[in-house]
Amino acid sequence: MFKRRTVGDVTFETVSVIFMIFFCITTLYPFLYLVGLSLSSADASTIGYSILPQGFSLENYAKVLENSDIGVGFKNAIIKTIIGSAVNVVGAIIAAYPLSKKYFPHRSMWTGLIVFTMFFSGGLVPSYLLVKRLGLLESMWALILPGAISTYNMIIMRNFFMSLPESLEEAAKIDGANDFVVLIKVVIPTSMAIIATITLWSLVGHWNSWFDALIYITNPDKQLLQIVMRRIVLEGTVQMLNPNAADYTSKPVNSENIKAATIMITTLPIIAVYPFLQKYFVKGVMIGSLKG
Amino acid sequence: MKAGVKEKPKTTLYKRLSLDKYVKHKYLTLMFIPVIIYYAVFAYAPMYGIIIAFKDYSFAKGIWGSDWVGMDNFVRIFEGRSFFQVFWNTIIISFYKLITGFPAPIFFAILLNELRCTWFKKSVQTISYLPYFLSWVVLGGIFIQILSPSSGPISYIFKMLGKQPIYFLGDVKWFRSVLVVTSLWKGVGWGSIIYLAAIAGIDTQLYEAATMDGAGKLKQIIYVTLPSLVPVITIMFIFAMGGIINDDFDQIFNLYNEAVYSVGDVISTYNYRIGLISNEYGYSTAVGLFKTVISFVLIILTNYIAKRYNEYGIW
Repeated sequence: MFKRRTVGDVTFETVSVIFMIFFCITTLYPFLYLVGLSLSSADASTIGYSILPQGFSLENYAKVLENSDIGVGFKNAIIKTIIGSAVNVVGAIIAAYPLSKKYFPHRSMWTGLIVFTMFFSGGLVPSYLLVKRLGLLESMWALILPGAISTYNMIIMRNFFMSLPESLEEAAKIDGANDFVVLIKVVIPTSMAIIATITLWSLVGHWNSWFDALIYITNPDKQLLQIVMRRIVLEGTVQMLNPNAADYTSKPVNSENIKAATIMITTLPIIAVYPFLQKYFVKGVMIGSLKG
Repeated sequence: MKAGVKEKPKTTLYKRLSLDKYVKHKYLTLMFIPVIIYYAVFAYAPMYGIIIAFKDYSFAKGIWGSDWVGMDNFVRIFEGRSFFQVFWNTIIISFYKLITGFPAPIFFAILLNELRCTWFKKSVQTISYLPYFLSWVVLGGIFIQILSPSSGPISYIFKMLGKQPIYFLGDVKWFRSVLVVTSLWKGVGWGSIIYLAAIAGIDTQLYEAATMDGAGKLKQIIYVTLPSLVPVITIMFIFAMGGIINDDFDQIFNLYNEAVYSVGDVISTYNYRIGLISNEYGYSTAVGLFKTVISFVLIILTNYIAKRYNEYGIW
């Protein structure tokens, strides 16, 4: 195809490239600044806009990792994320599979009752009282069970199951397999793409969740990394609230570096798996928007 | 069902409830029982708890035993000045976020689509999705550092220019702008995915025809891309309007402080404080119910409008 590139086109492209570069800088700058801050040594002045560390050192990370709350929080967060995601995936499958079958009795009633919960809920206080009443306060299960089945994920999974050819199931059933065997041996292996997507959604969701831990967990030995980090960083803001301008310079400078290192430690697990995440997440959005 | 009317004598309760079908598909039924229990306990039981909104909740008496107070908690919502302020903050912040955060991903997607260099395009996309994957706890921490009046880079630049640093997160004049800008920063890339998919679906013949007619890039965008996106934009806009009462608890809770309650306190943060900090269970549940009902009505309404517009409702 012949393409005549006019002056207007070239200008347009140049402007969009410049805009995109500016956009990327704006997106990345806060992270890079924090990385620089977290790698700066305690005695160097860190006030400035540079993303380069002032006097490179890893002592901030060493100090943060020495803090037992961070270590415990990291461990708790990993355990909760793995168990919680496993529960989410199994939950989505066992809810979606029966509802994907046309012959499942009262299918539309069950679907309706479930979808209704997406739009109407008891709210904060009743949910809190329920968890308390079930004796789940201070337990990891308070962070896993109330969200065990995500209705949104369930619907996406159900739509995927419904798109599978019925012949798959029929062939297995002629061979004498029951529904359970069909699900494990035939349906799940053919649905790995959607299962992988939902697994990743759950992993990220659990790693990033913090509000339930804030209200259900007070014991420091059970606390999650996100909350520990929040305390370390926000305790600083309480001091900064003082409007007295003279206070601005009296704060010990290295506390900023420590906070930055804490934030980076909470962020790193996500960044480490990010390229992988991004691919599956985008796929998932497509599936969701096409059929949702 | 139709057969049931004719063979009335044969119909037992067992059959009428299709219990035989549950037995026939016993493996599916077994699989589904935990699901029913889950939704009964964690979704429907808290709905029963909504009656607290009509009671003066006391720990000793429990949910059912507490004294009924009728509509007192709701009267307090409408009489109290504090709730009015919170409601207004919620709407105005959502509105600002809508008028900036709604068009931005559309323009971003269109510009991104015009990039000819594939690796550059892919890199921009990868970078733009990054903030979406981080929680507001982390982002709150990052923005508190960036916007810090004592050590943050922005105030440093202000000082270099000989200006007084601004405490963005503690200043009522700036707090809403911070919310809008950080929300934009987090959501633009991710929000563009759906539009990129829609753009990818536009028939390339349309562009070829436009090129034949001598349309440059800009004209192609105005006369081909944008009109093709109108259905998607309309649907997204209808649903965005439906969510106008939904505030971003995570964002505001991690950025706000007492100094900016007057402009930044929204329904969810207010509800959290009165409910779980001040333990005013009845009032808090009433506020929660008030919001849930409005939100529910908006969703039904917007879904209805979307369905009338075309077949893409949410259900």
